[in-house]
Amino acid sequence: MTGAQGLNEPRMSASRMDGVFLALIAGAVILWFAPVGMGRYGTYVLSLWLVTAVAVMGLNLTLGIAGLKSLAQAAFMGIGAYATALLTTKAGMGWFPAFAISGALCFAVGLVLGFPALRVKAHYLAFVTLAFSTLVWLVLRNEQWLTGGVFGLPNIPRPVLFGLRLDGALAFHRFVVGVTLVLALILWWLIRSPWGRAFLALRENPVRAASLGIDIRAYTLLAFAIGSAYAGFAGALYAPLVEFIDPSPFQLSASFFLLLMVVAGGSGYQLGPFVGALLGVVLPEWLRFTGGLYLIIFAAIVVALLIACPQGVLGLIERGWLAMTRKPASANLPAKGKLP
Amino acid sequence: MAEFLAYLIAGLATGAIYALAAIGFTLVWQTSQTINFAQGEFVMLPAILILLAVKLFAMPVWLGVIIGIVVFVVIFGWGFKVIIVDPMIRHGVLPLAIATMALSIIMKEGAKDGFSAEAQRFPSIIPSETVLFLGVSISLQHIAIITVACLAIGTLQWFVTQTKTGRQMQAAAQNPGVALILGIPVAQMVLLTFLINAALAALASILISPVYLAKFSNGEVIGLFAFIAAIVGGFNQVRGALAGGLIVGVIDSLAAAYISTTYRLAVPLVLLVVIILVKPEGLFGRQEERKI
Amino acid sequence: MNTVLEVHDVRKHFGGIAAVDGVSFSVNEGEILGIIGPNGCGKSTLFNCILGQLAPTSGSVKLDGVDVTRLTPEQMNRKGVSRTFQLLQVFPELSVRENLILAGQEHQGTMISRLFGARDAGLTSQANRMIAFFKLQHLADAPAGGLSYGQQKLLDAAMAFMAGPRLVLLDEPAGGVNLTMLGDLKDRLKAMNTEAGATFMVIEHNMDFVMSLCSRVVVMAEGKVLAIGSPDEVRANPAVIEAYLGH
Repeated sequence: MTGAQGLNEPRMSASRMDGVFLALIAGAVILWFAPVGMGRYGTYVLSLWLVTAVAVMGLNLTLGIAGLKSLAQAAFMGIGAYATALLTTKAGMGWFPAFAISGALCFAVGLVLGFPALRVKAHYLAFVTLAFSTLVWLVLRNEQWLTGGVFGLPNIPRPVLFGLRLDGALAFHRFVVGVTLVLALILWWLIRSPWGRAFLALRENPVRAASLGIDIRAYTLLAFAIGSAYAGFAGALYAPLVEFIDPSPFQLSASFFLLLMVVAGGSGYQLGPFVGALLGVVLPEWLRFTGGLYLIIFAAIVVALLIACPQGVLGLIERGWLAMTRKPASANLPAKGKLP
Repeated sequence: MAEFLAYLIAGLATGAIYALAAIGFTLVWQTSQTINFAQGEFVMLPAILILLAVKLFAMPVWLGVIIGIVVFVVIFGWGFKVIIVDPMIRHGVLPLAIATMALSIIMKEGAKDGFSAEAQRFPSIIPSETVLFLGVSISLQHIAIITVACLAIGTLQWFVTQTKTGRQMQAAAQNPGVALILGIPVAQMVLLTFLINAALAALASILISPVYLAKFSNGEVIGLFAFIAAIVGGFNQVRGALAGGLIVGVIDSLAAAYISTTYRLAVPLVLLVVIILVKPEGLFGRQEERKI
Repeated sequence: MNTVLEVHDVRKHFGGIAAVDGVSFSVNEGEILGIIGPNGCGKSTLFNCILGQLAPTSGSVKLDGVDVTRLTPEQMNRKGVSRTFQLLQVFPELSVRENLILAGQEHQGTMISRLFGARDAGLTSQANRMIAFFKLQHLADAPAGGLSYGQQKLLDAAMAFMAGPRLVLLDEPAGGVNLTMLGDLKDRLKAMNTEAGATFMVIEHNMDFVMSLCSRVVVMAEGKVLAIGSPDEVRANPAVIEAYLGH
């Protein structure tokens, strides 16, 4: 990992945290009003962006902050989406309990799947999650009696909030803004708490972390399970957004795509997922006229970004900011002689 | 019994393909810490490029094959290393791995949009006939695949053990630091592994496409099997990749026949997870220092 | 006087080689015990065995009378043993203060209480005391990666003390530190010992550093203990002199 030479402000400093909090609130306010005059489709794209950002947020915790390579985020999103769809259509459950169950289910499965992560070297987790992703997709595609197979599940209802039906595009969008804000704030709280420090230690230097009494196993499992739960929450929002789901958005390449978004936005930066999802979801909409090329363009942008600045867009911005406001390296003075 | 033999041979044939893909994948990983998540697409694309060349330039197939292979090895052997791997290796293994994921998307979508979303027939030298052996109907193409793949792997093995360059490459793969001290041109050896990977992938592509048709999405399954083969066999061993490929191919074939066609993929996946948990260094791999 | 650590006949074999070949000694409360010996004598391997980084082939390690031989490094830390590393291991992206909070946080409450409790796990004042003690005030909010090598060594030592440990193991603390900084380091460690009563074990190559800091010294050679005694006794020991001849 690059050292702190590139940082003016250490990670997890109070001012950084406060900055993120303000940005989230401001963003929520802007997005609340943004779709006015945008039409159904534009509003849909904004909602999709936020839902995707939730999944990317979870992966940012798992990968960006705790350093665990998960290739199953889309599969967990699928589990959440299908759970919510089935509970709200076939079991007649309301959306809110379905949402909670989707998250809890993914958390539990994440814990179970995370156990192999404890026993093997880092890169093997990628392959275990890869296998899991493929297995999930197989089940979704084959078990027609449950999942509708390739025909999927239609007519997924939108939530009802205090008797208010949120069927309209704007109403549902605002609901998504609210839920996304809450989820983002929870993650913000998590990262600024001692847990966040422990996750970072886990990523940066697990040996040193262990020597400080940090329970590597527990934090690894938690980072993985919480990240997976967020994918479940994203799925629970996705299902009523699109109102019809089939297995195709949850296959392995979608997990690759989510990884690309984490990295493009800025792995480890709390606002990174929003930038990454913007590039991955909104950019393709603007590039619609290029036909199917938008995926190629996005992937190519990510490769270029990785070569130039592996810290993603936010990393680039931070570097630029640093270059412009460079203080006279006060923190870098070697102590020659006495300490003050 | 007769059917079993046919399935076995079919499994060995696809297994030989997976072995070719797995060997290249392992070599590249060994020498330069590059986990190439686009390996499946590396096996998918050459056939598409060849078909494209034949269609666009109305050239005979044999010429298309030669040109296709050369172009592919240059772009995805030399080009891949120089444009993607070299600039990124200093950032660490993870960004590079993610870059290969992006590359796989580019290759797959490129094939789909640039050529065709439909499966295309790929010409074969060997007629698609069967031969009767011990009362079993065996596909000539399967035999051909196994033979050619064995020849290629045998040649590679000879190269690596009997020639100076080959031995240098092995040394560079196993311990680049020491190799450098010994005066081995490690950078060139690394380039060589990338070229060999591209060549093996191209060969695999030509062998498998006549049987399974050339389609942009082939890479997903082939890539998956290549990873499984490499890990099951032993991530650090070329020998292991060969064994892993054959094992995976046979298991897949038998699973499809005797268990279930819809869940045939589950069997090798479960094998993968079991190996990772029980013997992570693979069947033939060297055990790495275990930390407590 | 209490015995904090008791190392009894510890052996560590790697294949056919005995890196540690039957080492026994004890560490008393409040003392600074040095471990010295020529390169390859097994000091670091011994440290790693005590700390749980490596599992001893045989022998036992007891902390305050309780057997801790098979514990992992995390568990050892929870029991009150902390360490510094020969190769610097601070967290460069966190500030100096955050590094210290990290070093102490796992000892405050439970995981759940820490999630819902204060950001700093209540450790800011202690971290500040540590920062003042090690004279790093002007760097408290700077990213640790920007500190000089010597300053990072001080931080590393400070981190080891954050959890109020029973025993601190310092692995070559003087390595690579310039002379003036070395004086400060020794001075701070001595103060930790006299003012706070901390018990340490130090592995070192720097003879002057060890002899002036430690109250007792264990000399190792080829995996075995050659001599144990005060710095003066050990310096005069003929076997020790011989082991160091040409060194």
